[in-house]
Amino acid sequence: MTKTIAEINEKIARGKAVVVTAAEVIDIVKEKGVAKAAQEIDVVTTGSFGPMCSSGAYMNVGHSKPRIKLGGGKVYLNDVPVYAGLAAIDLFIGVTAIPDDDPRNRLYPGDFAYGGGHVIEELVAGKDVRLVASTYGTDCYPRRKLETWINIKDVNEAVLFNVRNAYQNYNVAVNLGERTIYTYMGVLKAKLGNANYCSAGQLSPLLNDPLYKTIGIGSRIFLGGGVGYVAWQGTQHNPSAPRTEKGVPTQGAGTLAVIGDLKQMKPQWLVGTSFLGYGCSITVGIGVPIPVLSEEMLAYTAVTDADILAPIVDYSEAYPQRKPDILGEVSYAALRSGRIVVEGKEVPTASLSSYFKAVQIATILKEWIQRGEFLLTEPVAPLPGVEAGITFKPLEDRPLEETASSP
Amino acid sequence: MQVARKIVLHFPPLLVDQPIIYRLVKDYDLQFNILKASVTPKEEGLLVLELSGEEKNYERGVRFLADTGVEVQSLIQDVARSEDRCTHCGACVIICPVGAFVVEPRTRRVDFLDTKCIACELCIKACPVRAMEVRL
Repeated sequence: MTKTIAEINEKIARGKAVVVTAAEVIDIVKEKGVAKAAQEIDVVTTGSFGPMCSSGAYMNVGHSKPRIKLGGGKVYLNDVPVYAGLAAIDLFIGVTAIPDDDPRNRLYPGDFAYGGGHVIEELVAGKDVRLVASTYGTDCYPRRKLETWINIKDVNEAVLFNVRNAYQNYNVAVNLGERTIYTYMGVLKAKLGNANYCSAGQLSPLLNDPLYKTIGIGSRIFLGGGVGYVAWQGTQHNPSAPRTEKGVPTQGAGTLAVIGDLKQMKPQWLVGTSFLGYGCSITVGIGVPIPVLSEEMLAYTAVTDADILAPIVDYSEAYPQRKPDILGEVSYAALRSGRIVVEGKEVPTASLSSYFKAVQIATILKEWIQRGEFLLTEPVAPLPGVEAGITFKPLEDRPLEETASSP
Repeated sequence: MQVARKIVLHFPPLLVDQPIIYRLVKDYDLQFNILKASVTPKEEGLLVLELSGEEKNYERGVRFLADTGVEVQSLIQDVARSEDRCTHCGACVIICPVGAFVVEPRTRRVDFLDTKCIACELCIKACPVRAMEVRL
């Protein structure tokens, strides 16, 4: 049994495509088996809704009169510094950016109540945002200061461009230390007080296509409540991570860079996020449709939380000191039971990624496809797979006293 | 009839060093559970209590407090969840000391049981999207 994306799209256009979520497909396969399920099902929809720090948006705010060259100047949106090292009026705002006067961790643990992710959420919600800029003047761009409200409906382009989202699997974070620590994996209580994890597991996009056979550059996706595309592999994309026999990575592996028009996204799927003692971020909703091109693809999408293992990592010592030690592996089924055993101790678990909302995303995407509003795309190029041999390299310090190497 | 109510008590400086809560137990047969206390000698004190017992005793006890000079406010709801902001991730579940957040096993929806909440406010800043709010 094989199908093509074109054949599936034709069925979608006729309203005849059979679409199920990556949660629903599990029971269907249990009941009917892979072969029969692969014949019946055309598309499996996935979803993920979690904090994704390598996210941001670029926009072109239009030219003021007289003109101002924001490029090379200092620019703030609601007091959050944005990147202006582009042409005159193109800006990029990253979600971890925070106001210059934020006390950071001076008052430990810092609050990090408002940052770039919150600005993006407010822009998407249609709220006016305060732009304050100062720069140098030129013959063609004489103006040096600008203070104005801007609104997403008035700017020329506003584009979400996240360089690393949808991590294929992730660490389970614990704390072996003697005091509470505040991390990007949430608050970790001392002496194995809790174990925090962050993956949609059986619903997660790249865990349903573990070898990147259908998800590639150009794949059309659900992004932030609107339509987006896979732009490239994400940063830190590591297809060479260890895998189970079925190809499922047992640690963080593949990632996606994604892009989409911010103007058609929705604030409930792009939520400004604050990690106590760590910093600001954004919680991003992503859903990727997997075309069932073969029985093999259907079998991949039937992955369950029990099949997916994640490494348990100590964030008091091993993670900050970049030690490779792990305290064992645990399945998402065990994590979702609420308790796991680490070093002989029963530890309560908590999730940072919302499975409840991931199901909603997969369901919304399913409905878009069923209504014929969302067609699948043929990737224009694949993501680097296992054969690419790409690894995730560390940074080895090279003291500046040493002579710089030249090419 | 038994009642259990959450109240906020403001103690003027003069009363801070007097064993007033003890009288509620001894004279009015009321049980108390301290949810929050900020009592510094010679300054004003603030106490958030859940007070329970026979309704008649409860009312007499509260009248005693007012007569003594303690200002009594009822605490209708202290910590509330913004349903619009909550993403149902579940980061709060292990933060709450009394288990007021419960993950519904099938849907993985996170329910907030405000009747269990003791207003310790630990969840407020531990929530990544800051969906928990203090409302008085």
